Amino acid sequence: MLSAESLKRFDREVAKYPAEQKQSAVMACLAIAQDEKGWLAPETVEFVANYLGMPPVAAWEVATFYSMYELKPVGKHKLTVCTNLPCALSGAYHAVEYLRQKLGIGPGETTPDGKFTVKEGECQGACGDAPVLLLNNHRMCGRMTPEQIDRLLEECK
Amino acid sequence: MALLGNIHGVLTAGLNGDHSWRLKDYVARGGYEMLKKILAEQIPQEQVISEVKKSVLRGRGGAGFPTGLKWSFMPRSLPGDKYIVCNSDEGEPGTFKDRDILRYNPHSVIEGMAIAAYSIGATGGYNYIHGEIFEIYQRFEEALDEARAAGFIGQNILGSGFNFELFAHHGYGAYICGEETALLESIEGKKGQPRFKPPFPASFGLYGKPTTINNTETLASIPFILKMGGEEFLNLGKPNNGGTKLFSVSGHVKRPGNYEIPLGTPFSTLLEMAGGMRGGRKIKAVIPGGSSAPVIPGDVMMDTTMDYDAIAKAGSMLGSGAVIVMDETTCMVKSLERLSYFYYEESCGQCTPCREGTSWMYKIVHRIENGLGKPEDLDLLNNVLGNIMGRTICALGDAAALPVQSFVKHFRKEFEYHIEHKTCLVPKDVQWAGSGFHHFE
Repeated sequence: MLSAESLKRFDREVAKYPAEQKQSAVMACLAIAQDEKGWLAPETVEFVANYLGMPPVAAWEVATFYSMYELKPVGKHKLTVCTNLPCALSGAYHAVEYLRQKLGIGPGETTPDGKFTVKEGECQGACGDAPVLLLNNHRMCGRMTPEQIDRLLEECK
Repeated sequence: MALLGNIHGVLTAGLNGDHSWRLKDYVARGGYEMLKKILAEQIPQEQVISEVKKSVLRGRGGAGFPTGLKWSFMPRSLPGDKYIVCNSDEGEPGTFKDRDILRYNPHSVIEGMAIAAYSIGATGGYNYIHGEIFEIYQRFEEALDEARAAGFIGQNILGSGFNFELFAHHGYGAYICGEETALLESIEGKKGQPRFKPPFPASFGLYGKPTTINNTETLASIPFILKMGGEEFLNLGKPNNGGTKLFSVSGHVKRPGNYEIPLGTPFSTLLEMAGGMRGGRKIKAVIPGGSSAPVIPGDVMMDTTMDYDAIAKAGSMLGSGAVIVMDETTCMVKSLERLSYFYYEESCGQCTPCREGTSWMYKIVHRIENGLGKPEDLDLLNNVLGNIMGRTICALGDAAALPVQSFVKHFRKEFEYHIEHKTCLVPKDVQWAGSGFHHFE
């Protein structure tokens, strides 16, 4: 189901918590599973739950509660643009518009070739670098002027 | 680097961006000296707590609760596991200070947590890090590895017999987990839904054990406070508002970023440090303490100082120290619409007044913004928010209601104009130009 590498990462997370509290690692393990699979299919969530000895429904509650888990397939590169007020005051919607021009898609959409998904996100805690976007949940890209967006899209090709 | 300046910098003194976050750099700045001293001299727990109380350090996460007092609530002589938890789930729109503390000075947080653990009798700790800042989480894990290898955390720290195991827990996108009991639920591997209080975490916290939760900036301040002495830290600020604080300045300023200044510094000084208003435009409004704090008209703000008491007197809250500045090109209805959407999206759904009320508030503001507002909508908004405030388990309900209440109160004419003319008072092209891409200095 998941690679040995991912399972090794699972065990590293489990070790952070008291032995009888393995469920504490569920958020991290779901994230690791998503890193490998790209999104969380029901059977992936169930696998994580079984691994941690918790009811699948409890893992499903976590997967559906936190916004960075993907419950449907997304593009290879997910661009989450923060459009909250402080970012909106500094060009977030301009960034969304520019991405629409470049990729032909708006928030919540994926390019037909499956390469890019654009999402609108809530506060990413980086308002000083606005406009910001988060690449694949991992890389925070700040001050996303058109030139910077061009550079990022080129890099993702 | 988003740490752009300071006056009497304490937390940010001597930092050099990405080049000075490692253990060796922190030690060169005098880091871990306090932890060593406390453990070597076996300084009594009460004495550490009393020094923190003297500093009048107030919680930097938003509530402003005195840290020393919070620590004293812990049943520290009770046998069994106890925890210290650091709240780095920074997701309040406008706030980005803890990210920079973790990024540029992570060991100050680790040392602060170790000292806190010693003082409250905890042997376990977690730092809950906001989901979206994965790179910062990775860096913190690296800093933990360094601290562990050097013997500053782990078993029998520096031969003192004191044990403290510390780990990082990575969030995955939920504003509500910044609420301390939701954060505990989240560490336990559940949905982040706040718990009813009492019992308070000091008696029933993580895994049901006594737990203290402090904000990142609060914990990072501890080593510095103990080093300079509580009284000296207090005197950097003003009475009842001890020390310096980081302010995250965002919105329509020339140099958005973090600035560390003594509490009691005039807002006008902070604005000047941030380069003044972008494009030299006129200030219209300021949200002085994160999106949950009531908005204040710009002219009132220009006469206010940056401390808990002065901002409360001006009708808002210092909160997390997130200063969102809006200029004359801003449509207040559009701004409130975005904020209301945030609370609607982030309500955890547990309490009916918040779950339903945030949805109502967003829908009403949305229809006003889109030219479908009705004359009675402003009263309806006040009615809805009145039915949320004070009727929910946690503070998110109030946090969602306060912006609505204050925007309508201070900018009622703009809302009325929208309803009557079915469009913005500030022309849309002016808004678009005002909030657009700009050249950063």
